[in-house]
Amino acid sequence: MSLGPDDVKKIAHLARLGINESDIEGYADSLSSILGLVEDMNTVNTDDVLPMAHPQDVSQRLRVDEVTESNQREKFQAIAPLTEDGLYLVPQVIE
Amino acid sequence: MYHTKTLAELSAMLEAGEVTSVELTQSFLDRIKQFDGELNSFVTVTEELALAQAKAADKARASGKAGPLTGIPIAHKDIFCTEGVKTSCGSKMLDNFISPYSATVVEKMRDAGVVMLGKTNMDEFAMGSSNETSFYGPVKNPWNTQAVPGGSSGGSAASVAARLAPASTGTDTGGSIRQPASLCGITGLKPTYGRISRYGMIAFASSLDQAGPMAQSAEDCALLLNAMAGFDSRDSTSMERDVDDYSASLNNSIEGLKIGLPKEYFSEGLDAGVAKQVDDAIAQYRAMGAEIIDISLPNTHLAVPVYYVVAPAECSSNLSRFDGVRFGYRCEDPKDLEDLYKRSRGEGFGAEVKRRIMVGAYALSAGYYDAYYLKSQKLRRLISEDFSKAFEQVDVIMGPTAPSTAFNIGEKTDDPVSMYLSDIYTIAVNLAGLPGMSVPAGFSNNMPVGLQIIGNYFEESRLLNVAHQYQQKTDWHKQIPEAFV
Repeated sequence: MSLGPDDVKKIAHLARLGINESDIEGYADSLSSILGLVEDMNTVNTDDVLPMAHPQDVSQRLRVDEVTESNQREKFQAIAPLTEDGLYLVPQVIE
Repeated sequence: MYHTKTLAELSAMLEAGEVTSVELTQSFLDRIKQFDGELNSFVTVTEELALAQAKAADKARASGKAGPLTGIPIAHKDIFCTEGVKTSCGSKMLDNFISPYSATVVEKMRDAGVVMLGKTNMDEFAMGSSNETSFYGPVKNPWNTQAVPGGSSGGSAASVAARLAPASTGTDTGGSIRQPASLCGITGLKPTYGRISRYGMIAFASSLDQAGPMAQSAEDCALLLNAMAGFDSRDSTSMERDVDDYSASLNNSIEGLKIGLPKEYFSEGLDAGVAKQVDDAIAQYRAMGAEIIDISLPNTHLAVPVYYVVAPAECSSNLSRFDGVRFGYRCEDPKDLEDLYKRSRGEGFGAEVKRRIMVGAYALSAGYYDAYYLKSQKLRRLISEDFSKAFEQVDVIMGPTAPSTAFNIGEKTDDPVSMYLSDIYTIAVNLAGLPGMSVPAGFSNNMPVGLQIIGNYFEESRLLNVAHQYQQKTDWHKQIPEAFV
């Protein structure tokens, strides 16, 4: 599997990653070599194998649906880059 | 001279009143000051906090409320959230992050009376095998400062190897405790997936990540695991299962122990000097009454390819939380929301993290899910079944931890795939969720070699017993690099 500059740009956009124009070629090379390594997976037929999502095949533990956390807004917003009146600020989205 | 003692010895000295926690803590803080400028094994040294905790520990002891770890200073990998203390995860993204809460591991250690010396350097977001991807610069290997300490828990391994801390915590997603333990000549344990809470441990690949102790000996790892292990309702994958007293079975006889040697771990690509030391360790076990059995783990060659789908896929999902909005790095003057996301992430993450996020985003993108992620999950089962079959025949599996001793700084940075292959013997253990250890097994060209011991699920006690018995007959784990004696 070989990726070109356009693929890298598309993937970077999907991941919302800003990439310098000058680094794109390098990423195309290294991502291609990683995908080359990964291609070895195709040497084995897995048609009859069940996927394994958890190392011990246990199912997700559930809990009663009730509030267990207290409000810690001020504590958490103290480390935010930009807040006002208890809200997180981002650039204007709606004109 | 406290630094030449094991954690177990220091614990006995504290108990006997031969030293106070304040004296002990100060002596390690002094060593950090003296040596860490060169090693770079710490991101943050919490001197004031450490001395305050040490005073409290001495007070607790004086009032008869001390356990085996009360007053023992250790270091935490900078992936564990520590309330009120910078938690960087080795990244520019979190260079300004003062955690508002503590990880369960940190809380449990604090409750056991452990003193925190500081936070250790690591590969950025634990993605690396050499500690070279850290925003804070590479850590040096105490045995040769031209060489890497391994990664991603490189700072933890180097700080223990140089005796700047008697022990430290680490995390292991594909070998990040065992490989640096091997390269630095210390003892490290990755427990069974789910044995130690992941709460407050910054997530890399959630189905693989597991915390564990890094120390001088198996006996020390047992003491630490006693405090770290246990169910935690705040981690949805934490296992509801009783915790052993990991120190209780250290002295059990290993007469008749069945050791499996997978032929795939002794084939092409294994450095001859490493093979020699591992062979010698196996011979030592044979002399101690163990039975050696040749086994096969036929899907071993698939472990690295599978890992480089599973881990990046999970990382691309986990790291989507870093968006420049709620905490962490935010770019200057974003022109719109997309620019805020893209530049905050582009500027905040280093090259290797970006690479893995992109591999993961690609593998999970429309049209590729079946070919990559689903395929990898199916192969993961085959890899896991190899181990289940082997454990029908043997009690533990042994082999090298890493294919070579520590390589030089800069040697593999231009070739990610060759870097990835340094975890070739450790990765399958994470995919299967099994416990594994690395134990010092001698030297090749004056650099440490690690013996890997893999056990069945929740058999940490057996692993520690098997390692401890070896350490009763050998003194590799007692070696200290000359410059740090």
